[in-house]
Amino acid sequence: MANSVAPFRLRRYHWIAIVPPVAMIAGVPFANRVHTLVLGLPFLLLWIVGCVVLAAACMALLYALDHRATTEAGARQ
Amino acid sequence: MNVALAIIAFFFAVAIALALLARRGHEMSLEQWSLGGRGFGAIFVFLLMAGEIYTTFTFLGGSGWAYGRGAPALYILCYGAIAYCMSYFLLPVIWRYARDRRLVSQADFFVEKYESRALGVLVAGVSVAALVPYLVLQLKGLGIIVSEASFGSVRPSVAVWAGAIALMIYVVISGVRGSAWTAALKDVMILGVAVGIGIYLPLHYYGGYGEMFARIEAAKPGFLTLPDHGSSPAWFISTVLLSALGFYMWPQYFASVYTAKNEDVFRKNAMVLPLYQLVVLFVFLTGFAAVLVVPGLTGSDADLSLLRISRNTFGAPMLGLIGAAGLLTALVPGSMILISAATIIAQNVYRPLVPGVTERRVSVLARAMVPIIALVAVVLALRGGSAIVNLLLMGYNLVTQLFPAVVLSLGRRRVMTAAGAFAGIVAGVATVAYVSLSGTTLATLLPWAPDAVKDLNVGLVALMVNVAVFALVTLATSKRSASRQAAAAASVPFTSAEHSR
Repeated sequence: MANSVAPFRLRRYHWIAIVPPVAMIAGVPFANRVHTLVLGLPFLLLWIVGCVVLAAACMALLYALDHRATTEAGARQ
Repeated sequence: MNVALAIIAFFFAVAIALALLARRGHEMSLEQWSLGGRGFGAIFVFLLMAGEIYTTFTFLGGSGWAYGRGAPALYILCYGAIAYCMSYFLLPVIWRYARDRRLVSQADFFVEKYESRALGVLVAGVSVAALVPYLVLQLKGLGIIVSEASFGSVRPSVAVWAGAIALMIYVVISGVRGSAWTAALKDVMILGVAVGIGIYLPLHYYGGYGEMFARIEAAKPGFLTLPDHGSSPAWFISTVLLSALGFYMWPQYFASVYTAKNEDVFRKNAMVLPLYQLVVLFVFLTGFAAVLVVPGLTGSDADLSLLRISRNTFGAPMLGLIGAAGLLTALVPGSMILISAATIIAQNVYRPLVPGVTERRVSVLARAMVPIIALVAVVLALRGGSAIVNLLLMGYNLVTQLFPAVVLSLGRRRVMTAAGAFAGIVAGVATVAYVSLSGTTLATLLPWAPDAVKDLNVGLVALMVNVAVFALVTLATSKRSASRQAAAAASVPFTSAEHSR
């Protein structure tokens, strides 16, 4: 890595990472009560697929935020 | 020779050729053989880690669960995503430590963190006990896939032998580079084949996805939601959590972390792997499509649903491609398991027993172990009885027992002791073994408990026993080890400085 990049450290926005797992797990008992098909899919399946996509989105967001934070912190040094 | 078999044979040959080419230009020290010289970028690490998502278990078992049990199968889609969210933080820390200390195997991590060779031997034992049955499972799956896809013209035992011999040769010669190169071919095949048939079959037989699910719901009411008892939401959540914790504790994936050239690799992969995992969805769609098309497969025969519906639908060329994809889903994880098990035995069992052994000897021994482990797996795959099935069921719960000792060692200062980690793992593993062999569940342990508690995965009990013993033994032994550590830090100032970095 280039010298202008600060080392990784935990920041407050890292809490974003806990959103997809919690949504997925806490949502299961509720999603399971919906017995009709939504968009042609069982709702539980749709819910889980949505959470998996959310996980990818949250990780991408964290990656972008971390990239900016470490470069800025590195530039200040 | 029929067309399907010719196609399977072609891809088999290409896979072996790729694996052998992968070696070019690399001296094969243990670090090169087992870890690709710690030089893999995001794409190669992705290929290795995607191996976890697509084993023969996912290919046959994922569709089999969707076919046989319905909604409970969805747990397979969940735990990976949770593990990837953890991986963003967990893997860079593990990788940094492994690079600084030049660790080669997962057991090495325990040896260094807890400064205990004995703990390394214990972890090596647990690893091999979980890895060998997993390899057997891959070989068995390979036998079934090749035999079904070739319309029975190749017997399963012949396919198992061919697969195992190919594995032995390319693993000994190319090591983990061979795994990564064949994984590239595997992922292209899986994306094309699994996704292709998952999209096509519901449209072909039902005219659409909504129509398919509506007809399944009409024929089997409640099949697409979790039941109130048994595979209930409580079971689902506890199983997802346990599997997510155990995810990176599999020795071959833990070691694949070491292959990365920098820690950014893991953060990139944390965003791509959840999306890639969605290919499992298409395997489910195939399993669901099979429910009303090829009914009547019960018990372990449910695992044949994907292959049976494909045989009813497609001609020989397509079946050959499916067979080839299935073959690769066995070869790639199989090769990583072989490398891991061989490395662990040479590095963490042989090396401590023979003080002063040279680096070269350990490296040679690791490769010499490959054919031995492969032969054991072939014998078990061809004539293994119920014992091997029990080990398989235990595998995930066994490796999950390593999680507390890994996570609690990641802080800057070590709070937990080696004796605590040792006792915790032994207690956890013993609980897993007892519970699996005696068929204990929380319903039999706590008959008075509410239903939600009864349905919890019994693996949670083993993990709690593990953590409790870990904490108690640590409390009992920490005073002694704290004074010893202080003495060690005083005499070797560099170690403590490095540790707190």
